[in-house]
Amino acid sequence: MAADATLVVQQPAAPARIARKLWQFRRWPLIPMFFLVLFVFTGIFAPLIAPHDPERGGLRDRNLPPAWEAGGSSEFLLGTDHLGRDMLSRVIFGARISLAVAGVTLGVGMVIGVASGLIAGWYGGWLDEFLMRIVDIKLAIPTILLALVLVLALGQSFLIIVAILAIAVWPRFARNVRGEVLQLKTMDFVALAKVAGASTPRILFIHIFPGVINTLIVLATLEVGIVILLESTLSFLGAGVPPPTPAWGSMVSDGRDRLAVAWWISTMPGLAIMLVVLSMNLFGDWLRDRLDPRLRQLN
Amino acid sequence: MQRYLLRRILLAVVTLLAVSLIIFVMSRAAGDPRHVYLDDYSTQEDWDRLTASLGLDKPYYQQYGIFLGSALKGDFGESIKEGRPSMEVIIERIPATLQLGLAAFAFSVIVGVPLGILSAVKRGSFLDMAGKVVALVGQSAPVFWLGLMLVFLFSVRWNDWFGNSLVPPYGRQEISSIILPAVTLGWFYAAANLRLLRSAMLNVMDSEYVKLARAKGVSNNIVIWKHSLRNALIPVLTFAGITLGSLVTGSLVVETVFAWPGLGQLAIQALAGNDYPLLQAVVIVFTLMYVAAALSVDIMYAYIDPRIRYS
Repeated sequence: MAADATLVVQQPAAPARIARKLWQFRRWPLIPMFFLVLFVFTGIFAPLIAPHDPERGGLRDRNLPPAWEAGGSSEFLLGTDHLGRDMLSRVIFGARISLAVAGVTLGVGMVIGVASGLIAGWYGGWLDEFLMRIVDIKLAIPTILLALVLVLALGQSFLIIVAILAIAVWPRFARNVRGEVLQLKTMDFVALAKVAGASTPRILFIHIFPGVINTLIVLATLEVGIVILLESTLSFLGAGVPPPTPAWGSMVSDGRDRLAVAWWISTMPGLAIMLVVLSMNLFGDWLRDRLDPRLRQLN
Repeated sequence: MQRYLLRRILLAVVTLLAVSLIIFVMSRAAGDPRHVYLDDYSTQEDWDRLTASLGLDKPYYQQYGIFLGSALKGDFGESIKEGRPSMEVIIERIPATLQLGLAAFAFSVIVGVPLGILSAVKRGSFLDMAGKVVALVGQSAPVFWLGLMLVFLFSVRWNDWFGNSLVPPYGRQEISSIILPAVTLGWFYAAANLRLLRSAMLNVMDSEYVKLARAKGVSNNIVIWKHSLRNALIPVLTFAGITLGSLVTGSLVVETVFAWPGLGQLAIQALAGNDYPLLQAVVIVFTLMYVAAALSVDIMYAYIDPRIRYS
């Protein structure tokens, strides 16, 4: 009987429990999930799926309309751009850029954000004050403007774009993780771990971090859309991953002055951006309602 | 409350300092500024003279001090392309940007607020569905693409169908020129207002005091307009401040799409032309507007929300 009389301690959510919870979820948002899977899949396997080389085209094939319009051919399903490059292939390869940028950015931003959030929340004091003021300042500077200035000074490359976007992304993670840590560190299981002699890193990673995972997952899904929009905006303004790499934003920009002759050049990549961001938002909303309804105030 | 306000003001000042420092460091990292003015045929004396007149012979912290000092006086040096003081160029552009920003803000309120209230009150109705579509498009479509699609529909295609465009596709010549850019810029915020207000209204309408009011027999209209809306407006108001500020950033993109001759377009032109003195000035002015908007909302917020006033 002694075994039954264990202390009742509030437990942080363990990954295994999250997995079980996920499995029990009803009403999965199937359509958004379909598009997200499609996005990830095309991004990864772009060279295998794309019917043409996205960076080469023949001038004889330029400005061909999509297959369903008069004058379109089944060889170029979504038509061709002003240099005769296949739109479909370019949209497919564009998924790759967006996926890579969003993935790496979120990875880096999350690591920095979580680390500083954990430290600020756990240690408090001047360290907390210092980190949170940096977050405040970052949030008070218009992101795109900052990004443009940095790109101009440092040059255009995949790594620089990712670094800039990671700078834009980390503060929100830091702030939310800190808030969670402030709550978690007053809980019994943390006090008990301390009494049991656990080291600070151990408490932070084994006891506190699992409690933050829900928030992280939700925030990350909501941030993906923001990152993709930011990246495409930079590309549109000519400050993204440099051409001829097909990025969705710069493709929309290519078609800007050709709306009257070839509307599809701008329309198709924009639709792709909207579809991905929309799906991500719907999926993120759904996840948030299931995992962490408190984050709803975030919006 | 004084402490709260003091903190906010301090934060605004530090933010501006941080931005000025970033700009200063970046302008040095971008390469030797003398190359903008001189070329291989310039003599050594030219180089020396320019070095001295730009203050490049002094240590970096002094250079930053000089930069900051003249920035405070509104002096950012001459625009390389225009050949006159950057501030002068900027001041000419401000009215266009303010006009566009206000129009977009008005659009976001006029569309977002009523739709937000109605979709909460008539939950599940056709209006609620329509609101949802407006919100989803606004939050997912990239601003630049939305603008181009509006141009395509209401100028290019309209011209094909009816012989002339409904609204001008770009520029600022006619009064109706502002419609497309304002809608493009305002849509995202209309969507955000709508979503915020809808969920805030639903929250408030579910609260104890609204239930009590209903139990007391207060009429439906008064419950909605007085008890619910007033409280639901607080998050919307906070957001309005963020909106005002980030309309500034949004103008970068929208002004580029519509060739609207404001600050945003100027910033992009300065970027493209490596016009550093002008760029620095634009970035500082943008940040100033952004920070000022956030600060004024913080202050307004303190007066409206008693929880802040008394803490």
